[in-house]
Amino acid sequence: MSRLEIMTRGKSQQVMEELYNDFGRRLVASPPGICPVDMALSFITLCHSQSCGKCVPCRVGLGTLKDLLESVLDGRATLATIDLIRSTAVAIADSADCAIGYDAARMIVSCVDGFRDDFEEHIEKGLCLGTCELPVPCVFQCPAHVDIPGYIALVKEGRCADAVRLIRKDNPFPVTCGYICEHPCEMHCRRQMIDDAINIRGLKRYAVDNAGVVPVPQNAEPTGKRIAILGGGPCGLSAAYYLALMGHDVTVYERRKKLGGMLRYGIPSYRFPREMLDRDIDAILSTGVKVQYETDIGTDIKLEEIIAGYDSVFISIGAHIDVKANLPGEDLNGVISAVELLRNIGDGAEYDLTGKTVAVIGGGNVAMDVCRTSMRLGAKKVYCVYRRRRVDMTALPIEIEGAVAEGVELITLKAPSRIEGDAEGNACRLWMKPQLPGALDDAGRPRPVNANMPEESIDADLVIMAVGQKIESTIYENAGIPTNRGAIVAMNSGQIFKNDKIFAGGDCATGPATVIRAIAVGKVAAANIDEYLGYHHVIDVDVEIPNARISILSPRGRVNTVDREAGERKGDFECVECGMTTEGATLESSRCLRCDHYGFGVFRGGRIDKW
Amino acid sequence: MVTLTINGKTVTAPEGSTILQAANASGIAIPYLCYLKDVNEIGACRVCVVEIEGVDRLAAACNTPAENGMVVHTNSPRARKARRTNVQLMLSQHDCNCPTCARNGNCSLQSLAMELNVLDVPFKNNIPENRWDNTAPLIRSESKCIKCMRCIQICDKIQSLNIWDVSGTGSRASVNVSRNRAIREADCSYCGQCITHCPVGALQARNDIGKVFDALDDPDIITVVQVAPAVRTAWAESFGISREAATPKRMAAALRRIGFNYVFDTNFSADLTIMEEGSEFVERFTHREDYSWPMYTSCCPGWVRFLKSQYPELTDNLSTAKSPQQMFGAVTKSYFAEKLGVDPHKIFCVSVMPCTAKKSECEIPTMNDACGDPDVDVVITTREFGRMLRVLNIIPQLLPEEDFDSPLGSGTGAAVIFGATGGVMDAALRSAYYLVTGTNPDPDAFYKVRGMDGWKEAEFEVPGAGTVRVAVASGLGNARRLIEAVKRGEAQYDFVEIMACPGGCAGGGGQPIVDGAELADVRGNVLWRLDSESAVRYSHENTDVQTLYKEYLGAPLGEKSHHLLHTDHHGWQMPNK
Repeated sequence: MSRLEIMTRGKSQQVMEELYNDFGRRLVASPPGICPVDMALSFITLCHSQSCGKCVPCRVGLGTLKDLLESVLDGRATLATIDLIRSTAVAIADSADCAIGYDAARMIVSCVDGFRDDFEEHIEKGLCLGTCELPVPCVFQCPAHVDIPGYIALVKEGRCADAVRLIRKDNPFPVTCGYICEHPCEMHCRRQMIDDAINIRGLKRYAVDNAGVVPVPQNAEPTGKRIAILGGGPCGLSAAYYLALMGHDVTVYERRKKLGGMLRYGIPSYRFPREMLDRDIDAILSTGVKVQYETDIGTDIKLEEIIAGYDSVFISIGAHIDVKANLPGEDLNGVISAVELLRNIGDGAEYDLTGKTVAVIGGGNVAMDVCRTSMRLGAKKVYCVYRRRRVDMTALPIEIEGAVAEGVELITLKAPSRIEGDAEGNACRLWMKPQLPGALDDAGRPRPVNANMPEESIDADLVIMAVGQKIESTIYENAGIPTNRGAIVAMNSGQIFKNDKIFAGGDCATGPATVIRAIAVGKVAAANIDEYLGYHHVIDVDVEIPNARISILSPRGRVNTVDREAGERKGDFECVECGMTTEGATLESSRCLRCDHYGFGVFRGGRIDKW
Repeated sequence: MVTLTINGKTVTAPEGSTILQAANASGIAIPYLCYLKDVNEIGACRVCVVEIEGVDRLAAACNTPAENGMVVHTNSPRARKARRTNVQLMLSQHDCNCPTCARNGNCSLQSLAMELNVLDVPFKNNIPENRWDNTAPLIRSESKCIKCMRCIQICDKIQSLNIWDVSGTGSRASVNVSRNRAIREADCSYCGQCITHCPVGALQARNDIGKVFDALDDPDIITVVQVAPAVRTAWAESFGISREAATPKRMAAALRRIGFNYVFDTNFSADLTIMEEGSEFVERFTHREDYSWPMYTSCCPGWVRFLKSQYPELTDNLSTAKSPQQMFGAVTKSYFAEKLGVDPHKIFCVSVMPCTAKKSECEIPTMNDACGDPDVDVVITTREFGRMLRVLNIIPQLLPEEDFDSPLGSGTGAAVIFGATGGVMDAALRSAYYLVTGTNPDPDAFYKVRGMDGWKEAEFEVPGAGTVRVAVASGLGNARRLIEAVKRGEAQYDFVEIMACPGGCAGGGGQPIVDGAELADVRGNVLWRLDSESAVRYSHENTDVQTLYKEYLGAPLGEKSHHLLHTDHHGWQMPNK
């Protein structure tokens, strides 16, 4: 008899582990709109079956919670039941011996606190507040509600120009989004239940790369209404595009030499080639949108003058001021903000960092952009210094990987404390305090706390601060437009005051956000400005969507795009990512489950033809 | 065209056809439950699943496009098993107490289970509870609903009222009044189209037969029955008697056998309606500036409810004339009571209607102008009429033809067409023409307003009055489109007839149900035939109506008419208005 044995997984354990995996992906792909109380019941049922059964609160209590939740769903409960559920869950959370019990109960407390109104509707009316109004997960997740299954079906048939026309119904920046959208659409993709999310952005990029020049639709009859758009970034230009299509006379006021906002002045061209951005902008301008370049509101023209001179005004000035980290030494030569560096490059400034050691402070996408830009400008060494862990970085994982592959050194869990200068007042060294991950903050990321370790330092001739952007809203504030910590306060409609001509949106109202969110806000603003002006113009498109056909349902791999080889690409500003081949795009598009047709989508909400 | 193989047979079908359409067109039947052509093709019941070679899952035939080269097996073992399991699953949540269901013998789930030889259900029964206000004219039984979603789709797509919606998700997903309202709180028109398109007994009109029997059984009560034009097109459908044999006179005999003291005809009050509404139109037309335009008919209570909830600002555009049903009640409990020399409170006025909204109309609190009681006491649908005949073992085939009673039992050809879309307009124009010119037009002069188009337009010259622009719409979705076009200034009319149900009352929500068939057209044609065969085809030539004016009312739009035959549409409110 052996004293110890090497543990091997039994067949059932193996199958269970596969199923756990499947279930994890399934949970991620939960459809929007389902009844949260029903889901809570399912959670607690699952949690209960995880219990070993040793301790009372978990063995009995979780089952009791299950019964109580069931009584709510079956209309057998009273309002007092809600409190009973909560107090029972608190007792279990307080007294269970292990996480199987106490964390399950904590989830139920969150449920009661998070959606008490759903509980109440079930109890009082026997009805549910859950609805599947927008049942296609990708369309639901896309802030602009682009018809994703529609354009994937078009790509599958090789109808790339039609795909672009379809996308433009909801988003006038198809090229931009094909290259750099953060693709929230992929997050809850139902295909994950089978294998992996569809590469939606990759397919869009394939469409725009292969569509050629696609003309925009005809504008509606001129209305004679004049609209001023302040700021020619993705938000302002989206609004401008739709308003022009609706027949309004649109003028964009742009402070810089060129349009595009952060797409041009924030995103490096190796991620998004400038000529590709110009394709979207050219299409938008082809609707007859007028532009006043290099016009600064407040200096070149008074805000009041614009407000008085137009029937409606849309403020979409973005968030372009850098945030200071307030580090000692931040005013030394050789300390620069990421915003400033990228903006200057956007306007054509040439930097040479040959031989320099660069320290970039921050962990977001902008930090990665400046890291990788610095590599391309010839830096000898590029550090990315971040006070939290790599997994806590807000930059997309693919950006971090790209930077690392190009030779950027990540220094994590080190909080920059001061910048040391040489005798001439040039930065030469960055000092950092070692950190440990602490308790979670509201966003679920651990707060860094000082570790009991001495300060460390690295060489740094150039320190680039990439710790956020702010909004330059003073002149708007002075004109009586409400702001909150610098952000312009607008309603969900984009309007600032009820029944008033001024609208605002985009980064200047939300703080720095994604491009697709900015586009969506521009679309919403256009609709509501049109409505405010007394019109009900409809934006639609006459592209016929191919019928859904039975897809490939057996699990298979997702077709990812590939990047150019790191050693080669880090020496130039050419596009890093290679688009899909036709073969790859056809294969990937045939993975789409067509939730617009199969499931609830065929019944309701599967397609929004117009807005 | 696409060419495919179904069950070994080569089949061609137009591009864009579904497998179901391709199969049906070539004589291959595929069973289904939720499918409703052009309205509900959502593959919810999964009964129509078929096996396609090379595809790893079964596909719903109702919404899978037929493709070139497809090889389809509708009865493969996999398809048969899945279909059968799905029917068994539905049965496990369906109240199968069939003998007590109004759709017993006319239920698609019942016949499907029979066809598929489902003689047992291996699953535990889990029948949801009914929670409904059973006093409403429209009754929904959760315990019978199979969640096919047809009601939602009919109401959304055809009637544009969105009364129904999916409620809840997951295992508790069901159908309920939209936005979590109770039916009495909703702006339901009570048109009943959801009922006639329900494949099972989940949706019903309120059963009012008991009230009728109670009255019939009470020796102190005088029962008077009126029967609407469209009822005669369908009353004996479920008895397997041909439309030709199911004559109005045989129907009158049937009503008499039930035991009503007086068997009258809504045709009488349809002629009366034309006298009032036609005169009202002439009055409005000749004093254009005093009224807002167009004038809308008011005889369809589903439409009146629709207008009052969706376009309350147009209430004054409705003709103030009551519907024929309500005119009949008012005349019965005044003129007829006087003629009989009885206390009108002793008269119990029953209507047999092709309609469910009529049940709500007779309950409108202001419809009590004759004696203070409701002018019409109870409304039964054509379906309930048929059930009463069965209760009493009255077999239509064996009945002789008998006349309606006098004087409220006479009607012209112009009256009988009230039951078909365009009929009210046609009849009104015949008499309006006469009122203006003093001569009768050709009774078929206004044929352009007939036919099954959902929205018809025509212009007619009336010598001395000018061009009259008319429109006729049936189906509330069409009504909405028409109103929106008028509001946008894209259409201008003087007189518009609207019926809530597609095809008019012949396709009414109270008519017998034949799942999968739209019978408004064939039934309506019965009415047009009856009109063409009538000796009298002008409402103003109904001698009993003439006598009524002479003896009692005076003239159309006169003082007495105003009191009894017209109504203030502002006198009652839709929910939440």
